[in-house]
Amino acid sequence: MQKYISVNDIYPPGKHFLMGNEAAVIGALLANCKFYAGYPITPSSEIMNLMAKYLPLLGGVFIQMEDEIASIMAIIGASWAGLRSLTATSGPGFSLMQEGIGYAIMTETPIVVIDVMRVGPGTGQATKAAQGDVMQARWGRHGDQEIIAIAPSSAQEMLDFMILAFNLADQYRVPVIFLPDEIVGHAEEIVSVPNMNEVEIVSRIEPSSANEVFFGGAPDKVPPFPTLGKGFNVLVTASTHNEMGYRRTQDPETHRKLAWHLVNKIRLNRGKIVKFSIEHVDGARVGIVAYGSVYRAAKEAWVRAKKEGLKLSLFRPITLWPSPDVELSRFADELDVIIVPELNTGIYVQEVERAVKGKAKVLSLNKIGGGLPLYPEEILSFVKKVMREL
Amino acid sequence: MSNEKIHPYVGKYLRKEVMPHGMCPGCGNMSIANAFIRAVDKVYGSFENFVFVSGIGCAAWIPSPHFLADTVHVLHGRPIPTATGIKLANPELNVVVISGDGDLAAIGGNHLIHAARRNMDLLVILVNNFNYGMTGGQLAPTTLKMARTITTPYGNPENPFDVAELMVYAGANFVARWTIAHILQLQNSFEKALKMEGLRFVEVLSPCPTRYVRWNLEDLQQLLNFFRTNTINVKVAREKGVKENQIVIGEFIERKNPGFVRIYTDLCERALTIWRRK
Repeated sequence: MQKYISVNDIYPPGKHFLMGNEAAVIGALLANCKFYAGYPITPSSEIMNLMAKYLPLLGGVFIQMEDEIASIMAIIGASWAGLRSLTATSGPGFSLMQEGIGYAIMTETPIVVIDVMRVGPGTGQATKAAQGDVMQARWGRHGDQEIIAIAPSSAQEMLDFMILAFNLADQYRVPVIFLPDEIVGHAEEIVSVPNMNEVEIVSRIEPSSANEVFFGGAPDKVPPFPTLGKGFNVLVTASTHNEMGYRRTQDPETHRKLAWHLVNKIRLNRGKIVKFSIEHVDGARVGIVAYGSVYRAAKEAWVRAKKEGLKLSLFRPITLWPSPDVELSRFADELDVIIVPELNTGIYVQEVERAVKGKAKVLSLNKIGGGLPLYPEEILSFVKKVMREL
Repeated sequence: MSNEKIHPYVGKYLRKEVMPHGMCPGCGNMSIANAFIRAVDKVYGSFENFVFVSGIGCAAWIPSPHFLADTVHVLHGRPIPTATGIKLANPELNVVVISGDGDLAAIGGNHLIHAARRNMDLLVILVNNFNYGMTGGQLAPTTLKMARTITTPYGNPENPFDVAELMVYAGANFVARWTIAHILQLQNSFEKALKMEGLRFVEVLSPCPTRYVRWNLEDLQQLLNFFRTNTINVKVAREKGVKENQIVIGEFIERKNPGFVRIYTDLCERALTIWRRK
């Protein structure tokens, strides 16, 4: 058997000119992702194509499954067998994966799912960008739940936040939804590839004995992960189960405990999970909240506003879920108006409204692009109109 | 209780906490478990390194929670892709799928076909009780023509799947079908299958006395008699043909093709050679 190569043999540390989807692959491989199962779908296919090329060289496993349902279940199985596992898809495929994601939530299985957002519903526009899956990422499954969803906005972030996604999945034993839109997935940019030895990996905690709590447990704690094949005789089930995995579907107290554990292990740790950035301008009465590719347009609008001497603040949620609601509320303290530009009919604006609770007026600058992005000019002229009316 | 009789498999292969099991009287599930555990005991001597994957339905409860091993109880229809992920992530494990006809042949039918096409290194045990027992006895893709179920109260207008033949043509390395009235033959096929690589498929016809038998027959004995008298071994069937109402049983095929894991391992070697040549 020949010796496997490393990620840096393929992508040496330093600057590369890469598509966002390719950067996500490098991020996953740097995060020690060793299993990929997927099904082709535009605009995510580059991720799968490159995984097929690289994983066999790196001692990993690539398999193209018969559909997205099989793909999500295969990565759940591989995760239980001990490997960091990934799949990537887009709208229609993401819809098919929802039941599997629910299974992963209930069984506390760490997985990372990339949904490169395209125009929907239905087949929509396969090659065009949209931000319509934001609530689907949050609520796509039946039942009460919390997940983590990350929205990158550049090729560099496709790499960096992919590593973060794997760490969070393992740390909290939860599916992490990685939510770039098509523009972020396909835009080619300069990306700095780190040395693999300098990448921080936060691994799962293994149980020290077969008598530990494998599921549920204290509301704010994450139980250790009992990998299959290590003698733990683990019972994995997405039916209501007790801390050892035994089904207890008729017992209200068991379900109550489990449901609150699944929700609270994220909610009570939100301070450690939530990620955002702020461009604060003293004296600004108007602010923008934007994510994904629209954040890039908003940032450009913010730069131009600054040049023109306009006072404008900018908030950017990186974890869409759990949402930076406390931070958004604080952001609203000094503002009269918050503008939420989005490439949809106005979806995340609802979360912003919930977060700021009327402290500032929240306006949706929504656009059904139908293939067109939100341009900086559109955002800036809307900002100016709002400022004139203050 | 000092005079309590405990079967030697309890504590070794079966979880003591879940005994006695909750299957219906006359159900074939635990007889199949018995034949399977006897086979494992003979071939491996323990459940070490075994992982069981099952879907939704009565048969899925054979391993989960009864087997004292790693058991993964998954979504309806999805044990095969889950098992595929487990096996590929850790090829050292013996991964066995045990589930019902509704789970593996209806909602999960596509996965079953593709696992056979890939010759994935899994042992798949399909417990065929001709209906959906857990949800109240509805039509399954294996329900015999004109048989009655709660959703075909006037008779089943559809043709049943011959899942074993399907597996032969899809490329499985080993395919067998037995009934609950052929326990020793079943155990022998399990033993053979446990020693092989690639996809091994064993279908077991099993009674559902609570649902299917009530809708169609006088009593359980009638079904067991049917299993004994209306079955024909595949070797005989291939020579003499099959009469109407006869069910073909036996070992349908035994191939020595390499399993997916072996092919993938060779593929990685090939990939590295190509990489180094550049």
